[in-house]
Amino acid sequence: MTRCVDAIVVGGGIHGCSTALHLCLAGLQPVLIEKDYAGRHASGVNAGGVRQLARHIPEIPLSIRSMGIWEKIKDLLDDDCSFESHGQVLVAENEEELAVCRTRVAELNALGFTHEELIDATELRRLVPAVAESCPGGVVSRRDGAANPAQTTTAFRRKAEQLGATVREGVAASNIRYSDGLWHVDVGAETFAAPVLVNAAGAWAGKIAAALGEPVPVETVAPMLMITSRVPHFIDPVVILRGRKLSFKQFSNGTVLIGGGHLATPYQDRNETVLDWKSLATSARTVFELFPVMRSATIVRAWAGIEAKMKDDIPVFGPSSRHKGLYHQFGFSLHGFQLGPGAGAVMAELIVNGGTQTRVGDLGIDRFHPSTL
Amino acid sequence: MTVAPKREAYDVVVIGAGPAGLAAAATSAEAGLSTLLLDENIGPGGQVFRAIASTPVTDRNQLGADYWVGADLVQSLRATSAEVIHRATVWSLDRNLDIAVSVGGASAFVKAQRVILATGALERPFPIPGWTLPGVMTAGAAQTMLKSSALVPDGRTVIAGQGPLLWLLAAQILRLGGRIDRILDTTERGNYFAALPHAFAFLTSPYFAKGLAMMREVKAKVQVVSGVTELSAAGEGQLATVSYVAGGKRETIPADLLLLHQGVVPNVNLAMSADVEHRWDDLQLCWSPVLDASGNSSVAGIAIAGDGAGIGGANAAVVRGRIAARAAVEALAPAAAAKLRSMAALRADLAKAERGRVFLDTLFRPAPQFRIPSGDTIVCRCEEVTAKDVLDSVAIGATGPNQLKAYRRTGMGPCQGRLCGLTVTELMAQARGKTPQEIGYYRLRAPVKPITLAELAAVPKSEADIKAVVRG
Repeated sequence: MTRCVDAIVVGGGIHGCSTALHLCLAGLQPVLIEKDYAGRHASGVNAGGVRQLARHIPEIPLSIRSMGIWEKIKDLLDDDCSFESHGQVLVAENEEELAVCRTRVAELNALGFTHEELIDATELRRLVPAVAESCPGGVVSRRDGAANPAQTTTAFRRKAEQLGATVREGVAASNIRYSDGLWHVDVGAETFAAPVLVNAAGAWAGKIAAALGEPVPVETVAPMLMITSRVPHFIDPVVILRGRKLSFKQFSNGTVLIGGGHLATPYQDRNETVLDWKSLATSARTVFELFPVMRSATIVRAWAGIEAKMKDDIPVFGPSSRHKGLYHQFGFSLHGFQLGPGAGAVMAELIVNGGTQTRVGDLGIDRFHPSTL
Repeated sequence: MTVAPKREAYDVVVIGAGPAGLAAAATSAEAGLSTLLLDENIGPGGQVFRAIASTPVTDRNQLGADYWVGADLVQSLRATSAEVIHRATVWSLDRNLDIAVSVGGASAFVKAQRVILATGALERPFPIPGWTLPGVMTAGAAQTMLKSSALVPDGRTVIAGQGPLLWLLAAQILRLGGRIDRILDTTERGNYFAALPHAFAFLTSPYFAKGLAMMREVKAKVQVVSGVTELSAAGEGQLATVSYVAGGKRETIPADLLLLHQGVVPNVNLAMSADVEHRWDDLQLCWSPVLDASGNSSVAGIAIAGDGAGIGGANAAVVRGRIAARAAVEALAPAAAAKLRSMAALRADLAKAERGRVFLDTLFRPAPQFRIPSGDTIVCRCEEVTAKDVLDSVAIGATGPNQLKAYRRTGMGPCQGRLCGLTVTELMAQARGKTPQEIGYYRLRAPVKPITLAELAAVPKSEADIKAVVRG
């Protein structure tokens, strides 16, 4: 038997869950389909950075929109998501890197964006006392912070379900087809039909798009992270290096998360990743050099989440260029977590109102396919 | 002096030098395969033959004849060309058979054509009220001290729980002049009836006569309370009393030391982190790897032998080690397999060694109240999560151990679930009316044992790194 709903959202990452939640808030009844469980992949196991800092210009409006939601996340979800706002700092390790920072901030200012602020060595030292003496400055985005990704994605899922979303976990969406003006999707023995289909399937979204005639240049990647034992509190903001692949965050319980985008080998069909310890050693070395306080810490766990990375590093977001009622929301290319809350809100506006005040036009799939609609 | 592995690649890497690992490494090396045995302890033996090459206990009766079997295994291994490294902690293994090992404060990477995991067993968690108090420890920890340092308890000591190791430890403590005030036997009365149909096999097993004699020896010297149905420890910052209920009657006794034990379960962390498939074993109440008759796991090239393959005891472990190694020899050097004991003979050895196991598993199947705690009893020691916390999380949507991490951080501490994993699975299964198999287990991640940042930073650099890293 086919069950009719208002929208079918494929993918229970933070994006799918956020979109389902915001559709509920707009009075719709969506179904959310997740082949594993909400937050199983990148959304639940990423670094948790809530970052406007150092973003690609086309996604900055979406990031700013999202930041407003993050700051009131508890009102939205009845869960604080362990969101903390101590800023994010981009560290320049030398004058050349600082010069690049200066140009970047000037460019953003010219476009009317003021969230990134150039800082000198003194301010850098004030924000990050543990940083090596040789660093001449950097950039800060003061409203940024971090949250617990698994807690956050779970909270979005839970709230969406409370507000009326139907959630199906543990069975993949299959046989996606359009007939009689409706999208039909099988979930095990069930079939759902709706006028709207949202493709938010993360690393699995590229296949769905291709099967619907909209192939995009996307690859599956698995950025690695590692976490340390508890060490005495020494740092508040999230720190990113300008020149090397490293990001760094100490949680309130003292553990330190070390990331930066070194990649594991994903085995997508098996939900598995194989870590590259030689690359993680590079991260460990960088931390060792820059933060002597960390030298005696132990590494407790390392992992990688599977996600989609676009060739141009910006997401695919917005209506299909070929099919009525189809929307894409994937390819966040290692920086989708902070965008989740805002992207869900904007996607719901696109679906319900047919448009949005937030500028997302540069993110559309039509950058790869001229519209045929 | 502990040194790093001599080569970057081996035909066979065996992990763990207990009975299974010693036997596997000896068999593999005997057949001429380049063999590396990595072991975390300071000497060979694992837990059952701990300190076999160094124990200060010289009277052979005190640790029992079975203990000294380990010496022969060590001898046969030493007669081969196998490279053996102790104090070597393997902290990563993946499906490409890349192994990361920490030796002497530095990490090394080796590659194998075949890996034989012989990582043995862990003691089952025993989460009763007060089990995290100082003064409460596992019987296994006590046995480690006894074997390696001849240390035995001299304060007021209570031993509680069940299983063969409990009686063995009690006998060993008494023989070495240690003190035991009372033994609280938690074996369920019903288990005796359930085990009865399997008794014949056990009567013909080598464990029967020895086990009986040992229990008699202990009971002659210590007051044993059987049929204990409730158990708790209490004290202000230190164990002061042990309370129990037996035959409906509650009693509280003063104690300085409480040794807890309710059997052992496979140590699955390394295998699980390598994505080896495991299934819930309903009789042994634990996760066991899915293996074929030669010990091969779901990951090509990784075999598992010994108690890590499912609890079978030391004799079975030795045979399983030989079987896994023979299978590796058959695959890598078929000609050399001819001079080894035949697979058919080994399988017959195994059947003999496993005789009586079902009886023991049934008799010593721990009771639900000692596996599945309630209320304020701590489940996860690392993050101090209680049974009630877990149930509260289930009530608002946590469906399994991995989802629970998002609510309570269980299993995310340094022990990676070794002390809470089984409890969490069974507690959530009970709360959700599902089987443990349906509920699942934590996804485990390398490093399976913590390594220092400095050690990881010292990993040899790749060519590209050496060119890139000129700053600092």
